[in-house]
Amino acid sequence: MSATGIGASVRRKEDHRFITGQGRYTDDINRPGQAHAYFLRSPHAHATINAIDITAAAAMPGVLGIFTGDDLTADKVGGLICGWMIHNKDGSPMRAGPHPALAQGKVRYVGDHVCVIVAETLAQARDASEAIVVDYGVLPAVVDTASAAGAKTVVHAEAPDNTVFNWHLGNKDETEAAFRAAKHVTKLDIVNNRLVPNPMEPRAAVGDYDDGDGIFTLYTTSQNPHVARLVLSAFIGIAPENKLRVVAPDVGGGFGSKIFIYAEETVCVWAAKKVGRPVKWNSDRTEAFLSDAHGRDHVTHAELATDADGRITGLRVKTTANLGAYLSTFSSSVPTYLYAPLLSGSYNIPAIYAEVDAVYTNTAPVDAYRGAGRPEATFVVERLIEVAARELGRDPAKFRMQNYIKSFPHQTPVIMMYDAGNYGASLKKALEIIDYKGIGKRKRDSARHGKMRGIGFSSYIEACGIAPSAAVGSLGAGVGLWESAEVRVNPVGTVEVLTGSHSHGQGHETTFAQLVSDKLGIPIENVSIIHGDTDKVQMGMGTYGSRSGAVGMSAIFKAVDKVIAKGKKVAAYVLEADEADIDFADGHFSVKGTDRKLDFGSCALQAYIAHKFNGQDLEPGLKEGAFYDPTNFTFPAGVHICEVEIDPQTGVTRIERWAAVDDFGNVINPMIVEGQVHGGIAQGVGQALLEGAKYNSDGQLVTASFMDYCMPRADDLPSFQVGMTVTECPSNPLGIKGCGEAGAIAAPPAVINAITDALGHEDIAMPATPQAVWRAVQKSITRMAAE
Amino acid sequence: MAMTMNGEVTLPASKDVVWAALNDPEVLKACIPGCEQLNKDDDTHFSAVVKVKLGPVKASFKGKVELVDLDPPNGYRIQGEGEGGIAGFAKGGAKVALSDAGEGQTLLRYDVEAQVGGKLMQLGSRLIDSVSKKLADEFFANFAKAVSEG
Repeated sequence: MSATGIGASVRRKEDHRFITGQGRYTDDINRPGQAHAYFLRSPHAHATINAIDITAAAAMPGVLGIFTGDDLTADKVGGLICGWMIHNKDGSPMRAGPHPALAQGKVRYVGDHVCVIVAETLAQARDASEAIVVDYGVLPAVVDTASAAGAKTVVHAEAPDNTVFNWHLGNKDETEAAFRAAKHVTKLDIVNNRLVPNPMEPRAAVGDYDDGDGIFTLYTTSQNPHVARLVLSAFIGIAPENKLRVVAPDVGGGFGSKIFIYAEETVCVWAAKKVGRPVKWNSDRTEAFLSDAHGRDHVTHAELATDADGRITGLRVKTTANLGAYLSTFSSSVPTYLYAPLLSGSYNIPAIYAEVDAVYTNTAPVDAYRGAGRPEATFVVERLIEVAARELGRDPAKFRMQNYIKSFPHQTPVIMMYDAGNYGASLKKALEIIDYKGIGKRKRDSARHGKMRGIGFSSYIEACGIAPSAAVGSLGAGVGLWESAEVRVNPVGTVEVLTGSHSHGQGHETTFAQLVSDKLGIPIENVSIIHGDTDKVQMGMGTYGSRSGAVGMSAIFKAVDKVIAKGKKVAAYVLEADEADIDFADGHFSVKGTDRKLDFGSCALQAYIAHKFNGQDLEPGLKEGAFYDPTNFTFPAGVHICEVEIDPQTGVTRIERWAAVDDFGNVINPMIVEGQVHGGIAQGVGQALLEGAKYNSDGQLVTASFMDYCMPRADDLPSFQVGMTVTECPSNPLGIKGCGEAGAIAAPPAVINAITDALGHEDIAMPATPQAVWRAVQKSITRMAAE
Repeated sequence: MAMTMNGEVTLPASKDVVWAALNDPEVLKACIPGCEQLNKDDDTHFSAVVKVKLGPVKASFKGKVELVDLDPPNGYRIQGEGEGGIAGFAKGGAKVALSDAGEGQTLLRYDVEAQVGGKLMQLGSRLIDSVSKKLADEFFANFAKAVSEG
């Protein structure tokens, strides 16, 4: 392994510009003559709009234009779309209401877009918004996930009982039979708390229209600029794709929330032509709380059946998922195909049946957030397993080991064919790291100091890559989920790699360069990674679902192979040998059995000057592209063990130890992978202990700032002990599985299992705030006194 | 989720004096904290502009105030709603009941309920109760002074 090749912890190339303040984010882009947009948002959760009077506002200083939903309709700008069709149990399609970019006669959540004001300055746009008189007819709001179905208040007439779909997966009859035959049944009611993604950089957009060429340009905070262009062109109708350029420059985190095509970005690019000026919008933090797609928000009842030997025989799950007021871009896939197919966890469960009802409410749209469906599934499975082990008097580690899937490939009852894994190896390693043998002594030590110590396991699995395309198409996806790459070799042998993946914190400029430099045997400095601009990069699918390694890098791998193959042809002419006798290794083409060789840079030069071969026999140049479609999802898995200490006097939970052992397959850059694990755990701990988006019964978001929505900080977290096991992924040429979401998926049940262990098996809802833990401690004390 | 608040205050004036003051826009305007305008549209309807500061949010509310359930001189219900532009909205009412407290004094009981939405709620929800209490205290201190001087 070289110092910069595959497997080396190369320092991130992009960090120089990030840590020296030279990153170029959307808000750093300012176009000549740029105007500013301000969105007037509904203060009501649910209301008819009887009239909008813009007369006074339109006459205010600096105002260039005020536009409502009617203006979009007049320009034939379509509504926002949901790109994944789900079918009900009876086979009928889901019931979706329209999703206009600017309200059409009704607002459906606090923050919904009433109209947009474009003015010379943001302050002028905001001032003008105060002069707009909106006559609202306030309606009652439906807010609560569990009771939304059948509530008197209807969010969309298209879904008269507020139910978007009732969907199911698995085998009902076999599962019912397993429960009838069960020796023991463990039952749990679970709420997966609603979260606000909060990337460090809020969303932003600059729309520009070049009247000379008739070309729109949208600079925006997107995880997938090509998908944004496709949707804005083909579905919303802004402009044909060849007349619309989407640029996603440096993006400061996304966590899923920047996958989606939102109202603001759509309106900005459209309004640029309308006012004949570039239009910028930059979300403030409260706008982000109100209008970024939220995550999670499930209410679930789950049951696990076991036989007399402690073997799991069945699992049944009934979930209600809150999708908010409108269906966001991929919202329908999250509580269905990204959720239920993971309910087998790491376990051999012969019968599984899951039912999912998705509901509309008067809250912000809910869509994918780091993990997207898989954290919800893992939370259900790992809480059930832990509680079952306790009820059966079994050691939670041994109970898991007994029920693990041990031979591969393994077909679960819920779609997935797990291709490779060794869950027992990860568990063993995690037990060593955490010193499981010493937990009894540590618990006694804590008790001596008046504290309560607990240990919790989470043996997660996830499905990454979200591909092959034909498979996701058959499940309702509106797009294929392959990835593209182009490798352009310059005449001096330096390389530009154009990738359809998008980096917004993942370090692609480093890891992708490592792969290419390793394969071509050239210095890493000679490789540049280009992404995020539809004018430069051919169609690509972007970054989400931990897919950039497994799918994006596999496309690069394929393109580099083509470059080497072409290079061999060039080298054969230059070295005057048969192509079949040319080898490529360590950056040199050589003739087998001789010392004749040609370095990669010289080969590139020869390919471009084309003096040594006839252009009719071999095309000049050295540039190859590839589209890569995987053969299966990838299945990263691992075991996280969390150890907490609770102060019963204050209810404060301290995380004392954290062992994370993940199997991500082959790893390109261990440092970056470890960083992804750290970040994921931090977000998962945030969900478990601190974060929760709350609407009051009027539908007002009462956690709309960092004063009321608590994010994890460094001092909430221990020093993580990260280990790895490796089983190569057979579904892609690199053997990679994906690591971006693992921590966020694994962490919540590990924390809650540890807290409930410390409390003596008292169930506790997330977030387990000091107040909630203190109340649970009091309940435990009362119960123990009664016993 | 309506915010509710109730309380009582003993005022150093007779019921008739207090009742008259409760119906006098000039007195109300002087007593309502932040009240910049209170114009009488008719005997029971007023237009008001009130400036309120709630934590980080400061807004001018323009709205309508209405007096209903009039029972002179024993009490009424004062209700209204106002739009504070991008700060959001507030609406609500207070039931006010007067009774003779002897020695020329009057006991005023009030029962307030209010609904707040928009930015006020997003940024100030945890402050609403304490600010409301403070505004009510200020109002009644001003009002007690007005009726004793009047």
